Amino acid sequence: MRAADALCEALKAEGVEHVFGIPGGANLPTYDALYDADLIHIQSRHEQGAGHAAEGYAKASGRVGVAFATSGPGATNLVTAIADAMMDSVPTVFITGQVRTELIGTDGFQEADVTGITMPVVKHSFLVTDPRQIPAYIHQAFHIASTGRPGPVLVDVPQDLSRADIEYEPAQGAPNLPGYKPPTEGNIKQIRLAAKALANARRPVIYGGGGIINANASEEFRRFCLSDRLPVTLTVMGLGAFPAPHEQWLGMLGMHGTRTANYAMDNADLIVAVGARFDDRITGKLAEFAPRAKFVHIDIDPAEISKNVPAHIPIVGDAADVLPKLIGEYERLGPDPERLDAWWKQIDAWREEYPLGYEDSEDAEIKPQRMIEALYKVTEGDAIITSDVGQHQMWCAQYYNFSRPRRWINSGGLGTMGFGLPAAIGAKVAKPDDTVVCLAGDGSLVMVCQEFATAAVHDIPVKVFLMNNGYMGMVRQWQELFWDGRYKSVEMGDSPDWVKLAEAFGWTGMRCTDKNEVEDAMQAALDAEGPVLLDVQVTKTENCFPMIPAGAAARDMVG
Amino acid sequence: MEAGTPELVKLEDLQVGSALTGRKHVLSLMVENKPGVLARIAGLFARRGFNIDSLAVGPTEDPEVSRITLTLDGAVHPIDQVTKQLHKLVNVIKIRDMEPDQTISREMALFRVQATVEGRAEIMQFADIFRAKIVDVSRRALTIEVTGSSEKIDSFERMVRPHGLIEMARTGEVAIGRSRPDQ
Repeated sequence: MRAADALCEALKAEGVEHVFGIPGGANLPTYDALYDADLIHIQSRHEQGAGHAAEGYAKASGRVGVAFATSGPGATNLVTAIADAMMDSVPTVFITGQVRTELIGTDGFQEADVTGITMPVVKHSFLVTDPRQIPAYIHQAFHIASTGRPGPVLVDVPQDLSRADIEYEPAQGAPNLPGYKPPTEGNIKQIRLAAKALANARRPVIYGGGGIINANASEEFRRFCLSDRLPVTLTVMGLGAFPAPHEQWLGMLGMHGTRTANYAMDNADLIVAVGARFDDRITGKLAEFAPRAKFVHIDIDPAEISKNVPAHIPIVGDAADVLPKLIGEYERLGPDPERLDAWWKQIDAWREEYPLGYEDSEDAEIKPQRMIEALYKVTEGDAIITSDVGQHQMWCAQYYNFSRPRRWINSGGLGTMGFGLPAAIGAKVAKPDDTVVCLAGDGSLVMVCQEFATAAVHDIPVKVFLMNNGYMGMVRQWQELFWDGRYKSVEMGDSPDWVKLAEAFGWTGMRCTDKNEVEDAMQAALDAEGPVLLDVQVTKTENCFPMIPAGAAARDMVG
Repeated sequence: MEAGTPELVKLEDLQVGSALTGRKHVLSLMVENKPGVLARIAGLFARRGFNIDSLAVGPTEDPEVSRITLTLDGAVHPIDQVTKQLHKLVNVIKIRDMEPDQTISREMALFRVQATVEGRAEIMQFADIFRAKIVDVSRRALTIEVTGSSEKIDSFERMVRPHGLIEMARTGEVAIGRSRPDQ
């Protein structure tokens, strides 16, 4: 069998149905194999779009997302998506074409050392040197991408090798990788210790992250939090792991989290971190982070434990395995729920004093926060929402009460502007029966607007609700607050006319400028056939608050 | 049950150890003998800001496995974090943080030293004391091979440097665990 055909067979054996990508010289054999393979190929308009679509597909479904690109510029265009998938632990496999073996190292046409370029941002990578490796490497790539802490795996396939003739035998069972044995089960002694500490804590906080969602452990997490009146907060990556709103829900944590959540961490005596990595957007100034707390840290990646914040009780394991055991141990101790009364009194006082809120306009102007409230209402809080990066992302994280996992798809770690539209395309391909809305920023959307064509041509009915304030709003906010209002290169001007642009790509374009019409406009966009862009023109210079200024302590939140 | 009963863990009793050990560490890595493995390890050290003091790579008894021996300063780097990051590399099969008193470690170095008529005898005496070998000789210089611990090579360097050290090449330490007496 031709190696490129074996590559497609290996993908199908891994359960792949959809791939995103763009052909070019070096991966022509793979595309020739796709001609006959029973795989649906979504032809993106830029490799970055293919990469983010694969991420959106993976995040929405929990399955491995796959993207193809050719050598050289095709492969380098994927790099942002690969780095994004690394930072957010997204199970993805990227398959790039490489120049012919004899040309490698000669600066051949469209040659780039993509395994070298991506080495710092992949979980693992393979450069094929023998055509017989191709199916085996594909299976290994899927195994590595999807187990342990998930992440991106790159397989770089020289053009001549993918044309070679090889024997293809379907792989049996998990591949044997002597250096790759991801942990699963947590140490029961450590779990018992954590339960005993938690049962004695007077001011505990449960701090969950995206690892819970990757572990498909949201139900276990919910049960853990509800095994007592444990206060819960989540990172931007964890939203949906606990059903908001809820009486034990403190709101999101971190730079644009609620004061209640950040103050609770600041005053906690025990913090139980689950699938979270103490990122600087959570801790603020590390030396002043949660100064009164001891830490239980549950994570599948041992290297995350004590990386930023030393853990008193480290537990390495899969959250889906650890949490049920922790619940069992905790309940067996029969802790006294009344010990938390004073703590809840304090938390309720913060909630009372510092609710999330904004001043609505007196005229028809659309406040961005109101736009999110409208989005929540018309989607009944249950759409798959993708977002770009910036103010709109933070407002959505604050005001859209995500109640289920895999409904909130954003770029948290790398913070990639332009992530939203291609991710929405990927999510809609994975979940065709769900409503998929990309909450876009105008600074971000223009970076990937070629992907309008992808959705139009493949008839992928995503809805883009553009929060259009005419600025790169978050950068403008920082210039206002921390750079004396010296605005430089943050205005977007009058270009493009979004409705016309959408129509030019074959989408339906709509516009809304009146706060009393937002919900109706959104409903009309959701009801319309095919992909729709709704340009919602919001307050231009609203700031996203509250906020921990970069490098400040959580207790020094502003706004 | 009352909160704070002895069966429970008092939070004030929970402590974390220091991340820094304050001593030199020798890490012995068994890695798959595949292209790019050294680049992955070097890249990891560079991007995490870890500094390698010495590095030696070579084959092992198993042709599919190479051994990388590297030394690091545990006063500057959290060794635990370094080994955990290394473990994440798929091609790294096994890591041993070698216990100093359970380890035999050796380094080899070549020194080319200026050897005037007056100085030559003293250099040869040093070589003798350090059980070094003179492997090359010319009218003005001696080339000396020294094997031993890194500290021994450091002191040999201190002894010959005043004579004029023309060139020095060191391999970096390699290490192996001591066998137990009953083995």
